[in-house]
Amino acid sequence: MATLAPYKEAAQIIEEEGGEALKLCYQCGLCTAVCPWNRVTSFTPRKLIHQAQLGLVDFEHDEVWRCVSCKLCVDRCPRGVRVMDIMRALRRVIVEVGAGITPDALRLSMKNTSGVGNPLGEEREKRTDWVKELGVKTFTKGTEILYFPCCYQIYDPFGKRVARAAVNIMKKAGVDFGMLGAEVSCCGESMRKAGSESIFQNLVQSNISAFAEAGVRKIVVTSPHCYHTFTEEYPEFGGDFEVIHFVQYLSELLREGKLEFTKKLNKKVTYHDSCCLGRYAGLYDEPRQVLESIPGLELVEMRENREHALCCGGCAGRFWMETKKGERWSDLRIAQAIEVEANVLAVACPYCMLNFQDSLLSPEWGDALELKDIAQLVEEAM
Amino acid sequence: MEDKPRIGVYVCHCGTNISATVDIDTVTSYARSLDSVVVAKDYRFMCSDPGQDLIKQDIRELGLNRVVVASCSPLMHEATFRRVCEEAGLNRYLFQMANIREHCSWVTENGKEATEKAKALINAAVRRVFYQEALEIPEIPVNPNTLIVGGGIAGIQAALEIANSGNKVYLVEREPSIGGHMIQLDKTFPTLDCSACIMTPKMSDVGSHPDIELMSYSEVEEVSGYVGNFKVRVRKKARYVDEKKCTSCGVCQEKCPWKAPSEFDAGIGERKAIYIPFPQAVPNIPVIDTETCVYFKTGKCRACEKFCEAKAIDFEQKDQYIELEVGNIIVATGYDVFDPSPIIQYGYGRYDNVITGIEFERMCNATGPTGGNIVLKGGSAPESIAIIHCVGSRDEHYHAYCSRVCCMYALKFAHLIKEKTDAEVYQMYIDMRCFGKAYEEFYQRIAEEGVKFVRGKVSEVTDQAINEEEKGKLILVVEDTLLGSVIRVPVDIVILATAIEARSDAEQVARLFSISRSADGFFLERHPKLDPVATMTDGIQVVGCCQGPKDIPDTVAQASAGAARVLAMISKGKVELEGITAVVDEEQCSGCKTCISLCPFNAISFDEEKKVSRINEALCKGCGTCVAACPSEAITQRHFTTEQIMAELEGVLV
Repeated sequence: MATLAPYKEAAQIIEEEGGEALKLCYQCGLCTAVCPWNRVTSFTPRKLIHQAQLGLVDFEHDEVWRCVSCKLCVDRCPRGVRVMDIMRALRRVIVEVGAGITPDALRLSMKNTSGVGNPLGEEREKRTDWVKELGVKTFTKGTEILYFPCCYQIYDPFGKRVARAAVNIMKKAGVDFGMLGAEVSCCGESMRKAGSESIFQNLVQSNISAFAEAGVRKIVVTSPHCYHTFTEEYPEFGGDFEVIHFVQYLSELLREGKLEFTKKLNKKVTYHDSCCLGRYAGLYDEPRQVLESIPGLELVEMRENREHALCCGGCAGRFWMETKKGERWSDLRIAQAIEVEANVLAVACPYCMLNFQDSLLSPEWGDALELKDIAQLVEEAM
Repeated sequence: MEDKPRIGVYVCHCGTNISATVDIDTVTSYARSLDSVVVAKDYRFMCSDPGQDLIKQDIRELGLNRVVVASCSPLMHEATFRRVCEEAGLNRYLFQMANIREHCSWVTENGKEATEKAKALINAAVRRVFYQEALEIPEIPVNPNTLIVGGGIAGIQAALEIANSGNKVYLVEREPSIGGHMIQLDKTFPTLDCSACIMTPKMSDVGSHPDIELMSYSEVEEVSGYVGNFKVRVRKKARYVDEKKCTSCGVCQEKCPWKAPSEFDAGIGERKAIYIPFPQAVPNIPVIDTETCVYFKTGKCRACEKFCEAKAIDFEQKDQYIELEVGNIIVATGYDVFDPSPIIQYGYGRYDNVITGIEFERMCNATGPTGGNIVLKGGSAPESIAIIHCVGSRDEHYHAYCSRVCCMYALKFAHLIKEKTDAEVYQMYIDMRCFGKAYEEFYQRIAEEGVKFVRGKVSEVTDQAINEEEKGKLILVVEDTLLGSVIRVPVDIVILATAIEARSDAEQVARLFSISRSADGFFLERHPKLDPVATMTDGIQVVGCCQGPKDIPDTVAQASAGAARVLAMISKGKVELEGITAVVDEEQCSGCKTCISLCPFNAISFDEEKKVSRINEALCKGCGTCVAACPSEAITQRHFTTEQIMAELEGVLV
């Protein structure tokens, strides 16, 4: 039997972050029932929220690290409780106040990001290495667009292909764009969701001043996570620039007649909505428009799509943490893609891509499904 | 001004509502120092009898001829203090109120600032009251006839209460029959009375009452006038059946070959193109639905006409317009049932066996399309049924409020299912709200009948089975919050306990009667606790679910209360009008007629001889539109003269 003795410091952070909405939760359990974790194991966000309301959270329990901020529950909550903000607050109490233990994998990514500006621990200076191969100019004052890829699209060999495709498309379309090198760092979006507010804020400050110094007005990103934090979180720290995700940019180029396709892609493609592009930003139509414009391509929808799309399971730091075989949402999602007989699973997010990539390594799927970013499919058809 | 103003100022503590923030002593001695103030006093509750006596005594003993009370909002107690003044022989318009509670102590915790603001508000009131004048309060007779809009249980109850006193009632119902939603219900909670059995005697009383003129299949089109003297225009829609000739034999609907979903059976059964909505309909006269009737589309058929021995079918019938004069109006327009199709996760419209509560009522009823058998689409018997609570209620995506009846009707459904079938019943609830008389006992009784309760909001109804037990079933996914785990509940029928919501045309109806709506869409009562029937428009009452979700007992009680209000007015026989009216200075009026077109009450006419506007004081409501619009500044509003308003402004600003 526990005595009701709330952990005051923790309670205060949770209250600040969870806001008024935390108090509104009436414990209906809808968040638990919609949470994809319960398809593979057991996780009750409802209970965590009640513990947070009373200040009785068990910070040692690994439940605190479950939520991937997919926002499915937030959109359905009858009382408007931003469950993921409360989860973020619980992690902050662990990471920043030391109420519990940060998982090792996460601690390593945090250390890397804080030290060298990217979660992979790669050297800052290597940021532009591959860009040089492609002959992309350095962003200088007067360049129209800054192209800002995700760290995984810079350093990871698989992720790189997406940035390469984006660069090639923009070159072909005659876009005036450039990139920045060692002066910019990871956007920090996942750091914040994983609980490290201080690392996040340092990254924000250094990126904002790097952008300001270079005279950046408009940024094209190929990660929905960069998109989310640049549009929704940077402004509160003084970030003031236009941000568009590459699928939006593609749909713009398409409208203006600047995308010319020369090849037919005779493929059956299904599109996986990333949470940050879909439920966060409401960008459901643009990626589909772009895909449908590709000659020969047949677009099919998975059972759960758009507002109801199943998350890949990789946001909010989960990407760096090991998820046991049998509990991976990316496996469930691949099964949904196979169910509609797609031969390509199209994505628009580096986390989704690497998560699915991992899943597809398993022999059970054979080689039925190809994994492609929308940018790669567009490049192929050009 | 005859007498030199002698002003008394009374500062209320309102317990600690004002005094905890505002420094009463400072404010009172400040008031005492103001020009023309003879006396300033404070008291714990100025609205109490001793507080009122204090004011009356001062008016008499100190010869006060102006009074300011600094307390709450005028909405709360202006009427009280005006009466106090009148009882002591002072005209009510020589009173002014300073709101130092809602506008002051309740909006800040800063005592210093609150005290300063209270001083400014009192200064403004004192300066204003200085210029206020006694106004005449005209009285007019009340027309003893009453209009009731809506023939559900609320309208029926109110109509019978008023008509039984010997006063005339016009009951306007837009559907072909009275009865509303209640006549659709199978049984009523918690007594399990047959709804039709307790409803039809009242309906037939209405139909045969000498003092009730029932205008069914009719709609109110226009309302003008004011309390005691409303003028109403009603459109009696063409039924295409002569009511005087029709013998209600029913042959026409038997012979009619065309069918449409039955409104009365909530769409789960059919009716003909010419139809009497249900056997006990009042009036028991058919109506032709011109959307379905083939004659109205192609000019061919006329089967009903051929078989009607009474020659009552009249395809040439036109809408009729009827002008009524009434003294009071009761709005009892009822509610709509929430349409659950937007909650796509629940599969309504997608799965045959996901149905709404009102559809279940019709299915369960012996006169319904299944003859009262609770069956799946196709006719087989269910092994299990789940009822999802709060569908559209208590959810900010739809309606934040609780619909108040769903827990209870869900319990009633469980009982009816247990009575008629061998099915297991699951209640998927968030909180059980069984607040009424004998309601908790009913909950207990249903629990004893072996109904299963699962506490949690269902996230999804799906037909995607994951094992043998789920095959062919509808599966509900829910966290049973008491177990702390997500469970899947396979059932055959899912009943959605859908919310009560404001009528889709509530906005137009509100405009028609000049009444307001609250944020939830329902009509707004004058005071949520102390005046739950009246509206801000004198002479118009709102009763039943058009004012907010409620069960039958509460609806009937409110309808009777509305009737009591009307009867009080009729019994008094006269009504006081607002003394605050506008007046035209004929010297200044240029005759431009701007005011005439703007007046919302048609109170201004044009004197062709003198070429000036003239205001009818009985019609003027003192809204001030003409005053603001007059380009020659020829119109003054009594009690809101430029002098009074400027003095008030100066008082706030100094």
